[in-house]
Amino acid sequence: MNSRKISVQTRDLTKRFGRFTAVNRVSLQVYEGEIFGFLGANGAGKTTLIRMLTGLLKPSEGEGFVAGYDIWRQAEAIKRHIGYMSQRFSLYEDLTAEENLTFYGGIYGLNRRDIENRKRELFAHVGLQPFANQMTRDLPLGFKQRLALACALLHDPPIVFLDEPTSGVDPRARRNFWNLIYQTAQLGKTVFVTTHFMDEAEYCHRVGIMHMGKIIALGAPGRLKQKYRKSTMQDVFIELHRLSEEQA
Amino acid sequence: MKTSWHRIIAIARKEFLHILHDPRSLVVIFILPTFQLIMFGYALDMEIKNVDLAVLDYSRSPISQRLIQTFDGSPFFRVRHFTGSPAELETVFLQRKARAVLMIHSDFARDVQRRPATPVQIIVDAVDPNAATLIRSYCLQVINEFNRRYGGESRLPFDVEKAIWFNPDLKSAYFFVPGLLALILIMLCALLTSVTITREKEMGTLEQILVSPVQAREIIVGKVIPYILISMIIGALILSIGIFLFGVPFEGSYTLLVLFSFIYIITALSIGLMISTVAHTQQVALMMAQMATLLPTIILSGFIFPISSMPAPLQWLSNIVPAKYYLKIVRGIMLKGNTFDQLLEPAGVLLLMALVLFFIARRRFSLHL
Repeated sequence: MNSRKISVQTRDLTKRFGRFTAVNRVSLQVYEGEIFGFLGANGAGKTTLIRMLTGLLKPSEGEGFVAGYDIWRQAEAIKRHIGYMSQRFSLYEDLTAEENLTFYGGIYGLNRRDIENRKRELFAHVGLQPFANQMTRDLPLGFKQRLALACALLHDPPIVFLDEPTSGVDPRARRNFWNLIYQTAQLGKTVFVTTHFMDEAEYCHRVGIMHMGKIIALGAPGRLKQKYRKSTMQDVFIELHRLSEEQA
Repeated sequence: MKTSWHRIIAIARKEFLHILHDPRSLVVIFILPTFQLIMFGYALDMEIKNVDLAVLDYSRSPISQRLIQTFDGSPFFRVRHFTGSPAELETVFLQRKARAVLMIHSDFARDVQRRPATPVQIIVDAVDPNAATLIRSYCLQVINEFNRRYGGESRLPFDVEKAIWFNPDLKSAYFFVPGLLALILIMLCALLTSVTITREKEMGTLEQILVSPVQAREIIVGKVIPYILISMIIGALILSIGIFLFGVPFEGSYTLLVLFSFIYIITALSIGLMISTVAHTQQVALMMAQMATLLPTIILSGFIFPISSMPAPLQWLSNIVPAKYYLKIVRGIMLKGNTFDQLLEPAGVLLLMALVLFFIARRRFSLHL
């Protein structure tokens, strides 16, 4: 796997808010076409890390490269090469599904014909055709999340960041969404996804487990289970927490 | 990176969709100013007609009768005869039976024959001082009229003729239509701009825009374009109501007014932008926009209270109220037919304000969360 091209790379990336260190010297590499799961409890620093990688937050220290561009100096170039789905649903509830896509197509600089083509492709990809003209606020949460994914993929970015994309929906909708993530990865895109559902960790090619701003384990789910001699990622996670608390 | 009109148009288009999808906002945006204007139009009517005038005629002579008829014949007064004693006069005012009293003393007929200047007494209820001043001047008008008709040779050697220019009929519509234009434009622009941006913060939608390659200046321009258009339409609406319903004249150039209104609107939008960089919720933005525009415009712009009669510190403060300059411009263009070079001073100050405010707002508007 290491022979593949690197999509996201960080070295000692750190973010402090006042005296609180939200992300503490995180170093990781994510490869092209990989589904990289970022696990951790709420408040572990996952969202802060994603926000630094997407250019929403300035890091305090450390290095980061996304799609080969430096997060310190090339934020503009990064923005054109990434898709982002925020933890909180952040599309316009008072526009229709289609109007939302058209708007994002516009701000990503797609021309009218491209927007129409992409809309058709993406509605098919995420299974939203019947809802294209519905007000976004009237869609069930599961469909809103698919719409958000469609928006993130609209400009065909090589990397997508999904921040807790499945929080708040039922297990079946979560399963459906993960099928979409797989299909997205099969298109050759790198998927950087955070979650606190450990069953979802099993679906990832590799995971990083974050605790109190630090990465405490990194690797393929199978290897981690082997290493800590547990049968599920859930147990690995609990074991890791126990170990890091013993250390502290 | 280059500014992209493509992205600006996408943002402006989306802003229009928000408005179109929410008909209630359209109602508020268009019906409210219309309603306010018509309300002000009828409520703020400074002209007084048919004032009840109580008359105490102790002279009971043909000449006093003629004086009373002259009062009754004018559109300003309705004569109510009063038969009580002078001591009971107070009850006339207490019971609001009349707002003014005309007292003609018993020797009136004899004195008029003898002396050229014979006094009659007029008492005015000054609970409303503005009205009292007006009533007093109406009384003088009627008495002048009486002298002209019946005075004969005993007229004064000269007359004081009042000449009032630019609003010869002292119509209040002439002064509140420009005032309301200034008030509604600044309030609505500041409010709509600040709310549209804080709404995106509050709903989390700004985050999604900020991860796109869009630039701060594109967001700002895209977001204010719809509101510039809406403000222009509302301005036109207010003007038409003023001209067609209240008969306000328009002496100057429309192009000139549109040009200067545009500068004024930029000032208002910049105030809105600045508020949006501070406020985190729509509620707070709304309150701040109202505070920054409503009171200063009503009190310190010269809209209702003349700036020249304010205490010095308030006069000084009025210099930073954009509406003060806009009001000079609008009144100048509408009532006096001022030309471009006659308005250079207020227009220059307004332009400077627009530029400074926009620059500050632009600096403060950041693309980070």
